[in-house]
Amino acid sequence: MDVNQYLEMFIEESKEHLQACSEHLLELEKNPEDLTIVGEIFRSAHTLKGMSATMGFEDLANLTHKMENVLDAIRNEKIVVTPEILDVVFESVDHLEEMVMDIAAGGDGKRDVTGTVALLKQIESGEAIEAGEVAEEMPATIENTQLTYDDYEKSIILQSFEQAFNAYEIAVSLREDCLLKAARVMMVFQVLETEGEVIKTSPSVESLEEEQFDQTFHIAFLTQTASEELQAKIMKVSEVSEVLITAIEAEQLKPEEKQESVEQATSKAASEKATQTEQVASTKKTNSAKTPAKKAAAPVGNKTIRVNIERLDILMNLFEELVIDRGRLQSISSEVNHNELNETVERMSRVMGDLQNIILTMRMVPVETVFNRFPKMIRQLSRELNKKISLEIIGAETELDRTVIDEIGDPLVHLIRNSVDHGIESPAERAANGKPEEGTVVLRAYHSGNHVFIEIEDDGAGINKDKVLAKALAKGVVTPEQAETMSDKQINELILASGFSTAEVISDVSGRGVGLDVVKTTIESLGGNISIDSIQGSGSVFSIQLPLTLSIISVMLVEIEQEIYAIPLSSIIETSIIKHEEILNAHNQKVINYRGTVVPLVFLEDIFEVPRPEPKADDFHSVVVVRKGEKLAGLVVDSFIGQQEIVLKSLGDYLTNIFAISGATILGNGKVALIVDCNALIK
Amino acid sequence: MSTAIEQDNMKVIVFQLENKEYAIPVSNVQGIERLMHITRVPKTPSYVKGVINLRGVVTPIIDLRDRFNLPATENRDTERIIIVSIRNTEVGFIVDSANDVLDIKMSAIEPQPEVVGSEEEEFISGVARLDNRLLILLQLEKVLNT
Repeated sequence: MDVNQYLEMFIEESKEHLQACSEHLLELEKNPEDLTIVGEIFRSAHTLKGMSATMGFEDLANLTHKMENVLDAIRNEKIVVTPEILDVVFESVDHLEEMVMDIAAGGDGKRDVTGTVALLKQIESGEAIEAGEVAEEMPATIENTQLTYDDYEKSIILQSFEQAFNAYEIAVSLREDCLLKAARVMMVFQVLETEGEVIKTSPSVESLEEEQFDQTFHIAFLTQTASEELQAKIMKVSEVSEVLITAIEAEQLKPEEKQESVEQATSKAASEKATQTEQVASTKKTNSAKTPAKKAAAPVGNKTIRVNIERLDILMNLFEELVIDRGRLQSISSEVNHNELNETVERMSRVMGDLQNIILTMRMVPVETVFNRFPKMIRQLSRELNKKISLEIIGAETELDRTVIDEIGDPLVHLIRNSVDHGIESPAERAANGKPEEGTVVLRAYHSGNHVFIEIEDDGAGINKDKVLAKALAKGVVTPEQAETMSDKQINELILASGFSTAEVISDVSGRGVGLDVVKTTIESLGGNISIDSIQGSGSVFSIQLPLTLSIISVMLVEIEQEIYAIPLSSIIETSIIKHEEILNAHNQKVINYRGTVVPLVFLEDIFEVPRPEPKADDFHSVVVVRKGEKLAGLVVDSFIGQQEIVLKSLGDYLTNIFAISGATILGNGKVALIVDCNALIK
Repeated sequence: MSTAIEQDNMKVIVFQLENKEYAIPVSNVQGIERLMHITRVPKTPSYVKGVINLRGVVTPIIDLRDRFNLPATENRDTERIIIVSIRNTEVGFIVDSANDVLDIKMSAIEPQPEVVGSEEEEFISGVARLDNRLLILLQLEKVLNT
């Protein structure tokens, strides 16, 4: 079999499975008793083993096999989970990752793992004897046509009983003359999804989608809704002729052969009710973000295809060209002022607006893809530094443009390392300060307006302002005069200044010669900014603000003499026209009174040194009020042209660091307009 | 350009500036454009005239007359923009006119004479004698350095 064409898919899927393994292992570390997690890891490992064997990567398959044996023994309660065992399993996963990376880089995935294999064998034979054979017999996928359940599904059903869920077997019959069976099935699933969780179907979801069934199909379903209500709801789907709902009883699940282990687990649960149920509840909770999503997605067969990112990039580039042409068309049609042309152009603009949304969202990736490497990193770091740290991730599903995602990884690694190394104190120190021994790092992502915020919060020592200031003065980052007037926040942010590094002892973790200024530069080059809040003794928050996308933005076009500039809409508060008399003087600075606050005026013609043949004598001034954080400024221009969507272009390598210009764009008439960087204009 | 030096001949684009002829290796030249609208970029050296839209790519433009401290020309009709690519950076040079592609023998290239006595001295990598013409070879990296 020619497997090359599947290689890419294999690599992608292997990475996903390995990621799932690491995530679940971390969970298992927190809840060593929870055997359902082991089941999950086992599944991933099993699939990986199968795939790599098919693809002919023997080493990969072998190591996975050994790991699987250990997992199976754990699952069958022949081995008790200990941190030592987990270490070895983590190590195996690391090896597997390396192998997959090697394959991805064109290698053969070979790697010396004898040490790990020996350890795995030791664990396996030390406490379990026949685990290896059992693993072979274990069905990892369910292809039965009847509704029978494997151990894993049974345990889910049994667990759900404890949480007052009902399990039903639903038999749905469609009318004989039903034409779009797959569509009806989909609608039934949609109804069910709002009510609970589908755990199994017969025939399988794939067959259902391909309409490979007669008139009736069966669904195993967990819900808190009453069966009558459920029946009524499903009946509402047209062309459904009959719905039969029978409850699944706990007893039904027991007389099967391989029931002992699950039973043991449940009887154990009964005896240790207090602890066990609590644990189940808590794992459910942490799982809720990921597992149900996965489970819910699986039955409906979320129809996705994998598309090469390059193609998406090409699509985006072509679309950018279109956006430029649209601008050109718009300006032509407004000049010509032909009714039909206007209508067509307007219609086209609307369609393009929709198209733009779709293309942009298509390129959106959840930050999870960046975040998911951090739990393991934190685990490693806390070992290295002998600190106790727990990482909490909030909002991993927040989506960001791929261009931003690609760039944000390294700065985040840097910041997290910084928090762990400098922020969180050693357990002894923490105990002495009356804090829990375990430090917490919270990684939070959320959308707000046209921006995405990523925050890294730790409950560590916070920033020692005096020390920072002293160091900044010593290194000449600030002058004593400047230091006098600095706010606490400004002092905190000194640690981001170039030429500053607080680590007294250069550790392997964060003192790598590059300071946090690299982080700041990277984030600013992405059009974002970073700020720090810190309370000495109780922790710091690093907050990063990032634009949703880097390719197309909305701007307000303004004119100064003959020149056109673009001001990003995201920083504009409003535009207004003021009378000359309204301009006041305060400390050599022209200001206006804007809704009760004093706003300094910035004359763009002065800032940009716009050549003016004769001075402008006008009684009125056009002002664009912009903001940076809480600070405002009024940009004075000659006139407003209007709002437009533009494609961001860089000025290239030759012209870098132009004051108050963040980039350029091409207008409808083919000319280049510069984009104003409002952040640079507000001090 | 090292590849060009290994060969016997070097193909160059010849352009005029204030009655002198200059040459740039063809391998560095991306194209020659007529003068088009240039958007001024503020706070840049005076010889940076601004940026143009070169088929969707924003390209900076340098006025070589200004760069060599020559007076501005009146005859703008023949003025051309030569787009060159140096170390993956694309830049356009404004020149008086550009109309020749020549082969020059490597042996005809001499180091620059001591007494050139003009501002462009530091940008010159050598001169080439060709029949009655004297071509000044430019060192592009130097021209770009600020």
